[in-house]
Amino acid sequence: MMNKAGSPLLAEDNISPDTRHGVILYVEDVSVSFDGFKALNDLSLYINDGELRCLIGANGAGKTTLMDVITGKTKPDVGNVSFGQQVNLLGMDETEIARAGIGRKFQKPTVFEMLTVFENLELSLKGDKGIWTNLFHKLSGEQKDKIDKILTTVGLKKECYQQAGALSHGQKQWLEIGMLLAAEPRLLLVDEPVAGMTGQETERTAELLTSLAGEHSVVVVEHDMAFVRSIARKVTVLHQGSVLAEGSMSEIQSNPEVVRVYLGEETGA
Amino acid sequence: MMLDKLKKLGSLPVVVGCLFISTLYVAICNLAFPEGSALHVSTYTVTLFGKYLCYALLALAVDLVWGYCGILSLGHGAFFALGGYAMGMYLMRQIGDRGVYGNPELPDFMVFLNWDSLPWYWAGTDSFIWTLFLVLAGPGLLAYIFGSMAFRSRVSGVYLSIMTQAMTYALLLAFFRNEMGFGGNNGLTDFKDILGFSLQSDTTRVVLFAVTATFLALGFALCHFIVNSKMGRVVTAIRDSENRVRFIGYKPEHYKVWIFVVSAMLAGVAGALYVPQVGIINPGEFSPLNSIEIVVWVAIGGRGSLYGAIIGALVVSYAKTRFTAIMPEAWLYALGGLFVLVTLLLPKGLAGFVPQLIEKYKQNKTDKKPQEVQS
Amino acid sequence: MVRRFCFILTLLMMVVCRPAFAADEVDSLINQLPHKTLRNITPLLDQIAGHKDEKVRFVLTEILNGDLYYLKSNRQVVSVRKSDSGDYKLTDVLSLSVLTQDGKPSIKKIRTSNRIRSHIRGLLAQIDLTHDSKAVRLAAVQEILENIDEDTVALIKKHQSNEQDSEIKELMATAVALYQLNEGAAKEKIAAVTALKESLQPEVRNAMQVQLNRLAEIEKTELTKDDRALQKALTSAVDSIKQKRKFYEFIENLFFGLSLGSVLLLAAIGLAITFGVMGVINMAHGEMIMLGAYTTYVIQQMFPQWIDYSLFIAIPAAFIVSGSVGILIERGVIRFLKGRPLETLLATFGISLILQQVVRSVFSPLNRTVAAPEWMSGSWQINPIFSLTFNRLYIILFALAVFFALLAFMKRSSLGLHVRAVAQNREMARALSVRSDRVDAITFGLGSGIAGIAGVVLSQLTNVGPNLGQSYIIDSFLVVVFGGVGNLWGTLVAAMSLGTINKFLEPVTGSVLATIIVLVGLVLFIQKRPKGLFPQKGRAAE
Repeated sequence: MMNKAGSPLLAEDNISPDTRHGVILYVEDVSVSFDGFKALNDLSLYINDGELRCLIGANGAGKTTLMDVITGKTKPDVGNVSFGQQVNLLGMDETEIARAGIGRKFQKPTVFEMLTVFENLELSLKGDKGIWTNLFHKLSGEQKDKIDKILTTVGLKKECYQQAGALSHGQKQWLEIGMLLAAEPRLLLVDEPVAGMTGQETERTAELLTSLAGEHSVVVVEHDMAFVRSIARKVTVLHQGSVLAEGSMSEIQSNPEVVRVYLGEETGA
Repeated sequence: MMLDKLKKLGSLPVVVGCLFISTLYVAICNLAFPEGSALHVSTYTVTLFGKYLCYALLALAVDLVWGYCGILSLGHGAFFALGGYAMGMYLMRQIGDRGVYGNPELPDFMVFLNWDSLPWYWAGTDSFIWTLFLVLAGPGLLAYIFGSMAFRSRVSGVYLSIMTQAMTYALLLAFFRNEMGFGGNNGLTDFKDILGFSLQSDTTRVVLFAVTATFLALGFALCHFIVNSKMGRVVTAIRDSENRVRFIGYKPEHYKVWIFVVSAMLAGVAGALYVPQVGIINPGEFSPLNSIEIVVWVAIGGRGSLYGAIIGALVVSYAKTRFTAIMPEAWLYALGGLFVLVTLLLPKGLAGFVPQLIEKYKQNKTDKKPQEVQS
Repeated sequence: MVRRFCFILTLLMMVVCRPAFAADEVDSLINQLPHKTLRNITPLLDQIAGHKDEKVRFVLTEILNGDLYYLKSNRQVVSVRKSDSGDYKLTDVLSLSVLTQDGKPSIKKIRTSNRIRSHIRGLLAQIDLTHDSKAVRLAAVQEILENIDEDTVALIKKHQSNEQDSEIKELMATAVALYQLNEGAAKEKIAAVTALKESLQPEVRNAMQVQLNRLAEIEKTELTKDDRALQKALTSAVDSIKQKRKFYEFIENLFFGLSLGSVLLLAAIGLAITFGVMGVINMAHGEMIMLGAYTTYVIQQMFPQWIDYSLFIAIPAAFIVSGSVGILIERGVIRFLKGRPLETLLATFGISLILQQVVRSVFSPLNRTVAAPEWMSGSWQINPIFSLTFNRLYIILFALAVFFALLAFMKRSSLGLHVRAVAQNREMARALSVRSDRVDAITFGLGSGIAGIAGVVLSQLTNVGPNLGQSYIIDSFLVVVFGGVGNLWGTLVAAMSLGTINKFLEPVTGSVLATIIVLVGLVLFIQKRPKGLFPQKGRAAE
């Protein structure tokens, strides 16, 4: 880890020294194409351990495809993706990647509608995911406490025994975040967490995500620039499948390139 | 505390109780009361209801994969038939030299085909224990091979249904062939004994009924246990969103294969119980129509509800017996109509319909009350 | 018996049409037959054979078969058949009228000998070789080819120069060469082999094999130089013929495969529309096929006198019948089950049961036979070992025509555009004021209607029964899935390749095992490539 920290690549990354535990995710020279359309084009990205990173970019910039590549849903044509220094994610399927400690929240909230909120969280808990153990599994007191704590955190205590399908859109978003928390991943990939949330909920989400950083590493994809501003320490701008710029929010905002292709469009619109 | 535990058991005690009482009733009324007595239950009826209970177990198996895991299998008849053939082989061997050709070693149809020895897969079929193993292993192995190939390559939904149908169709064609060594067109029949007891005697029939009821109760308990375990919740989650399950670290393929295999074995047991009671097993059991009929039982009873599957199987089978006796022409109209009506009007089947009615009734009551206060 | 009777009838008609004087002359010659002895009958026969009259052939054949007699009483020449019950049936050969008589008639056979019989054979061959009809001449040469000897080859040689038709000429040359191969000196044989190298007649191959066997029996040291050259020529010629036969066998299998594939295509293409374009699983698709077949049956029953043209009425009628039933099903059931494919599957299966039962109630559960029109029977003989039957040929052409018509409809017409638009993005299409409900109904009607047309075709190949459709439903689904859902070209390729694979497997494994192998292979294939041969691409396909 120390070796990596001293590598020239990291020096370029310009991390603040206090969060510097090393790099948790390496994405190197990755390209993905669908029928000739290059969704990712020679993209390289490094996420540090404990970091909170925001990914922004116009539609089609490759944000979701990048998430797909990291979680194993899409296999890149070329490139290298590894979790920490030694875990090659390309040789693993979605399940193995999830077990290794990468959690994902989808753009469209997907919870198990026929199960209760409690059961949704129960299934997401960190632990053995094999068949036989689950057949005879009983929740321990510790696990119950944990679910209880998460229910409080995401504000779904009252809805605990409701079917998840009956929740509102915002509540489903929260439940999904809760499921992420239950899994205790090392790295969280969060796709548009505040879509469909009220202003107050958005604030709470921002708080939650910032509090998670440090213990976990968090990557947030978001369109809501106000939200990004409120949480971001470091922002990566994607454009046409590659990294256009990287830096703090103010650096990004003053980057003429970014202003032209992305922020410019937004203010124009 | 007691109440909590009872709640957890749900419909289990009711179902087991019903099965126990009906077994007791059948046993007493068939054996204790003489023929002609008003309370007598004929052996024909005993066998008929024994058959229904086999169907109920089969319906349970289909409900487990369809109702809980979302795998619509149009080929469960194949597992049922395989279990049946395994038992049929044992019963064939029990005939011994009492066959038409009197060959102590070979079943009649093999003598007829001029075979001079048993094919290798008939080895050991004279042992009841081995037969029990085959009843589970045959369907289980087929389900494992088929399931692990299909689920691993993420074939699902309608494609999977069509493939299961193709599977049973292929087996239908295969078992029609004499070369397969399962009696070809005629199948296996003319059984005499099971474990040395004559299949014609009333006592054997009643015991078979009781055994079937016991197995149905056990099957119900097993399914109940599975769907109420955390594993069952994973399976339900897979039905809702397979991809999401994958992203929280479960291997849906493994779960699906597992549940598919368990279900196939249950179907195999149902088939094995069925054959000694009806006295024949032939390739017709593989026909796609049979498999689809099972699905109708479950759809009508209410998928995703274990007792619903049992009720569906019993009700539809009974209706079939009555209909085909009174006006055979009308049965297919009725069956077809049931398909359409249930899918259009009762998507949750009878088991979903009754609670819905109760709910409505309650709602009406609560709706009325405030009005009364107002007036 | 019936055939003989027909033959006699045609003869009768021909006799009536002949100019009277020629007939008179022949009649008087025939009447002289009873007066001749074995020794002096030949010139009379020659004289009779010199006349171009259908009666001549009949009389000569009757003598040859020993069926020609005369009545002892008045020397009337008659042909005699002994029936199964032991009665004699006498026919006057001149008027072809059946004579009535009581008890065993007093008749005497017109006697022949081996020599005379072989003479008659020659005369008959000569008559046929100079016949006006090409078919008769061709058949005559073919027959000579099968048992060629000194006399017949002389006959051929005699008529070779007069023959105008190139096909017959070629066959005649083959016959001459064949004789040369059998009987000629070594040098001639080699020449014959060279001439016969291209021939596919089974007799040629047999004769070559005989020669080879003969040479093989001779000690190696005793083979002359010519023998060796002959051996070499024969081996290479037999090889080349073998290769050619193999080639044609291959083509024949291919043809059978394509015709089976065409049937599959017709059965599956309607499904490719309803399943592929609308995403609706229609388990009653097979019954749409069955309805089409029954429509054909009904139309033939209504117009029994126009069997030859009935198909032309049946095709549009079947399209309309199955199509309207399809629209009814869509409006009545399927539209309420949108987005619930498994439920749709069950409901349509229920409908298929009902339709089968309706047909059973209306027409009886037994199979019905649909007559094939005259122009569908027969075959196109391309060479001696290879012919294409017309019905299969027409089916291939028809299936392709339907396919391309459908393709053009989907690509060119505005309705087709709407259908594709709805298939790709229902909400968007609706936003663009496409009436998706109507499009659904029409699409479903179209798919069902084409299934009806498939039924018309199937009625020409098999018996029509209530279960007709059921046996095609699984195959059709597999074709659609194999080809890639939503891709008409894929359906074409899948149907043709499945048909061909099946037909190539059949001679090796038997038809049941072939079906099983194809099924298992497909199941494996779908697991490898769940989206078929030609998958739809892009995010929409997810």
